[in-house]
Amino acid sequence: MSTIAIDKAGPSRKTKYGSISRDRAWALRWSYFFLIIFTIVSLVPPIYMLITSLKSSTEISAATNPWWVFHPTLENYIALLSSNQFLTFFWNSALVSVLVVIITMLISVPAAFALSRMRFWGSATIATGIFLTYLIPDTLLFLPLFKMFATFSDWTGIPLINRWYVLVIVYPTLTVPFCTWIMIGYFASIPKELDEAAIIDGASWFQTLTRIFIPVALPGLIAATIFAFTVSWAQFLYPMVFTTSTDQLVMPAGIITTLIKGDVFNWGQIMTGALLGAAPPLIIYAFLMDYYISGLTAGATKG
Amino acid sequence: MAEVSLRKVVKRYDDVEAVRGIDLDIPDHEFVVLVGPSGCGKSTTLRMIAGLEDISDGEILIGGDVVNDVPPKDRDIAMVFQNYALYPHMTVAENMSFGLRLKRYPKAEIKQRVTEAARMLDITDLIDRKPKQLSGGQRQRVAMGRAIVRNPKVFLFDEPLSNLDAKLRVQMRIEIKKVHQKVRTTTVYVTHDQVEAMTLADRVVVMNHGRIEQIGPPNELYHRPATKFVAGFIGSPAMNFIPCRIEDAGGTLQVRISDTIAFPLPREHAARYGGTSRDTKLLLGLRPEHIVDAQSGQGPSFQTFNATPDVIEPMGMETFVYFPIAGVQLCGRINPGIDARAGVPLRLAVDLNHMHLLNEATGQVL
Repeated sequence: MSTIAIDKAGPSRKTKYGSISRDRAWALRWSYFFLIIFTIVSLVPPIYMLITSLKSSTEISAATNPWWVFHPTLENYIALLSSNQFLTFFWNSALVSVLVVIITMLISVPAAFALSRMRFWGSATIATGIFLTYLIPDTLLFLPLFKMFATFSDWTGIPLINRWYVLVIVYPTLTVPFCTWIMIGYFASIPKELDEAAIIDGASWFQTLTRIFIPVALPGLIAATIFAFTVSWAQFLYPMVFTTSTDQLVMPAGIITTLIKGDVFNWGQIMTGALLGAAPPLIIYAFLMDYYISGLTAGATKG
Repeated sequence: MAEVSLRKVVKRYDDVEAVRGIDLDIPDHEFVVLVGPSGCGKSTTLRMIAGLEDISDGEILIGGDVVNDVPPKDRDIAMVFQNYALYPHMTVAENMSFGLRLKRYPKAEIKQRVTEAARMLDITDLIDRKPKQLSGGQRQRVAMGRAIVRNPKVFLFDEPLSNLDAKLRVQMRIEIKKVHQKVRTTTVYVTHDQVEAMTLADRVVVMNHGRIEQIGPPNELYHRPATKFVAGFIGSPAMNFIPCRIEDAGGTLQVRISDTIAFPLPREHAARYGGTSRDTKLLLGLRPEHIVDAQSGQGPSFQTFNATPDVIEPMGMETFVYFPIAGVQLCGRINPGIDARAGVPLRLAVDLNHMHLLNEATGQVL
């Protein structure tokens, strides 16, 4: 009896398994196809930047193969890294980005906690409202914001325009809504019983946030941090508008303002600057990716 | 440790009344189980005792103090959740000691309490593991450990075994009972499983539609249910209810089930039901174990009748037979040695000493 059952079950199971694995194989092939295209598209610009950064100005303007370095030189790197101006841009960028990340996290994490857990009148509306603000393109906002800060400066006498720290105040308007939204999502995925257990264990709301929610939602927190850092590091339009003096510029604006003189483009140094500018976010990604693993809530509940 | 009292406790959600005026006194050390179908208000009641839900009306007292407006952390209670609710980033020891660390207990005492609770629950080897490395049963032990180390006035359990498989549930049920016998903390335990209720409770509170149907020790609920709901809810398979009428028959009383079947009542029952109107629509309540095969059912209180079973369920130590009588499907429990077959008429006997008579309209047991 049992032998017959096995005989019957055998082939049918095998066929089914075979069809699944064939589907998977095709899915895999297609994913590799698109991944390869994606990799090429995203790697070509940085490779071109790297190649160009290793060339002298003469070689760049010479009509040789642009994808090959015939006389590699580090002169662009040496010139930039020994220029006080470039180091100022770099320092300004770092300061702005770190401060923006701190401010963003200090606002958006408690905000997200309050909106997702401490149900109060209008909390759902506010949560949606926060998301809607993110949908407004920042290019629409820079003029009114500039006007606002200029007027505020005139009234109070506090210098804001053409100061690097104005960016620390401006950027959170871009980062806070999105980071709050991300964190609301992460906090919402934490089972309700977890905060109830903490509250019964004697934790206050603040302790529940710091000792349970933040450690459990660490992947979300890191995602939000990366986002805030990237936005403030790479922002181009706002620093171009809000800052003009070379000692107040951040890197993206600084490279463009100082390395393009009239119609003379110092391509070698522009590419070197762009490459050096891209390094910090890359390093931060690489460092945080180790922690950026989902599934930290595993084991909390039945799941 | 402390007693818990509920006085006319009401919970309203907008226009729905989830709990409709509950009165309950739980003395110190007692293990009380709230049981009922889903949506009966048992979990809401527990959450109100915990302070996780506001009370719409009435009073809750813990240790003699009204706690209506006391936040959960100041009520000195511990709760075990259905899905364990362990802190995933902490080890077992950290999970168990979290409450004590928040209250800034000395390190030595925390360690001693955790060690003791871990030993009691047999999880000493797991103390440094994270929750994700544990099985369901182990997680539930840790959740219990987290409650025990706090040494609270009251333990609250919210369906703690529902997520476990059947075998583990039986095992953990015994563990919970053992723990309670050791620590003797007043316990309120919510479940929808009447077997858990019967096996664990000092007293069972049966709830339905936001009200308490009956409170009593397990055996009392089983043998003397107050309403049709309790009679049908407690016991498995459930009690049979057969529409019937009472009629006079030669100086005594009998219950008439159909044109052909009528059982004369035993003397003491006849005296008890004598005053019942002969026109009232009644239900005869009989548990499956009181409908037996004719050979087993010998004695003055037994009445025999013929039935044709349509389903036979052999359980090993007993066999359940299902058969229709007077338009209702009944269940009887017969000796497994009897060769009962579906479709073959069988001589059965009912033990009227254990009968219940219910008013069909009100659902009250007479």
